[in-house]
Amino acid sequence: MAFKVIKPGLLALIQDLGRHGHQSIGLTTGGPMDEVAFRWGNALLDNHDNSPQIEITFGMLTLEAQADTSVAITGADLGATLNDRSITPWQTYAIKKGDILAFHQPVWGLRAYLAVKGGFLCEPTLGSVATVMREKIGGLTGKGDKLQKGDRLIYQAGTEHQQRSVPRLAIPDYSQTEIPVILGYQYQSFSVLERANFFSSDYKVSSNSDRMGYRLEGQEVHSNLKGIISEGIAYGAIQIPKDGQPIVLLQDRQTIGGYPKMGCVTRVGGSILAQQKPGDIIQFTPITVDQAEQERHLQMARLAQWR
Amino acid sequence: MSRDDFPSIDMVSNQACLLTFSQVISEATSNYIAQVTQELVTLAGIVDLVPSYTTLLVVFDDDHYDRFAIFKTIRQTIEAIDPTKFSLKDQREVVIPVYYGKEVGPDIEDVAKHCNLSVDEVIKRHCETTYRAYAIGFTPGFAFLGNTPDELHVPRKTTPRLKVPIGSVALAENQTAVYPSITPGGWQIIGRTPVNLIDWGSKNLALIAMGDSVRFEPISRDEFLVQGGQLDGF
Repeated sequence: MAFKVIKPGLLALIQDLGRHGHQSIGLTTGGPMDEVAFRWGNALLDNHDNSPQIEITFGMLTLEAQADTSVAITGADLGATLNDRSITPWQTYAIKKGDILAFHQPVWGLRAYLAVKGGFLCEPTLGSVATVMREKIGGLTGKGDKLQKGDRLIYQAGTEHQQRSVPRLAIPDYSQTEIPVILGYQYQSFSVLERANFFSSDYKVSSNSDRMGYRLEGQEVHSNLKGIISEGIAYGAIQIPKDGQPIVLLQDRQTIGGYPKMGCVTRVGGSILAQQKPGDIIQFTPITVDQAEQERHLQMARLAQWR
Repeated sequence: MSRDDFPSIDMVSNQACLLTFSQVISEATSNYIAQVTQELVTLAGIVDLVPSYTTLLVVFDDDHYDRFAIFKTIRQTIEAIDPTKFSLKDQREVVIPVYYGKEVGPDIEDVAKHCNLSVDEVIKRHCETTYRAYAIGFTPGFAFLGNTPDELHVPRKTTPRLKVPIGSVALAENQTAVYPSITPGGWQIIGRTPVNLIDWGSKNLALIAMGDSVRFEPISRDEFLVQGGQLDGF
């Protein structure tokens, strides 16, 4: 049984936690831009952590259910409706055959996640269904396509439904504008003044931002290094190109690059960043590796405890 | 226990660290990185490894390692390696057939002019060198092959092409490469191979792996076409 795609929306992609272990041949990971929301979606339905979901960017997606099931919606509030009745994210909903589930436009945040009981059934490529359009890999077709009108999103039909919602305190605040940055390496190649500028300035999210990276506009920063020998790029790395405008490299990032880096945003920070729209203003705030470890453990413990 | 050639280890995030083996590119460093990569890939809790010219990015599962545990594991792994007894388990020699015709290598005459060589000499020089795959990246299967002979050093094009056809063989500075997919690119294009560089259905996925040695072999237009080569794209 399946959801039939009535309107494909701006950008709706099948995602799981990503395709790992192939970066040595240059293949990026993909995966949910807001990993926090993704993990909660599967937790709400008692799915595996890695069960495939739909990442809906902006909205304008309409689905028709062809069988009963239970879904969870997390992440952004995209003005979703179930049979024209408004519904809010961060909880589960019972779906009956013939129901129309629609995501309209952002009310709060940018990317919503639709999880279904048992996960969407989809053939993995290299161990993952994560869609990376640039590399033509993953998704329903295995060829990196976004959802198209008429696509069928297969799930195991069932009438079992549990009304559950994420505890209010665990729901991320997408109006938070401070993005934590781990000062791990290479930040010493920026002078104290450059670092102070970077961490005290407002940056505007550029309209050139996508799943590969978020480009920011604001105070220029410059490294003492002219360039570096190309090296592996970690999730969240903040690359500073020659024009001094930072780029935060996210799920669909290139695997190697030769620009100096100010640091790395955390998964939690990257999840908040990915909910910002072009024109939104953010600031960076420095944290240490052990603070990042604690933040991560807290997040994972909350999920585990709740499950 | 520390050795002179021990890489420095820096935390990049709570899920990744970067090993730096040297500040200069050399075959010895590349061998050492390939060797360490081979050892680390077998360990539990290692999510991804991104070897490059002088560094190795290690992405690890933060449920498995904290920053102390990953340092310790990496140190112990490297201490057990003898870089003088280097043997790459899977090192292969890859031979790539190339048709150097102007119709698929639109920059070959410019390259010849810039290098004060004839077109035939450019082809000869390009084919008589054995290259090493120092890094794979930019796009899946794109191997940075070095070093080209000094006489073949050319700058990148001032304006990159928006679409470089699949299989294009190109030069830039002291490196050469084959484009595995259609991408923008600023390298000087001198020919085209009919061979697939990337195949998601194959065991190794990419034809060239980091550490492989690579040679080019000139083929005729007919051989190129027989092997499935396409002439379109420019």
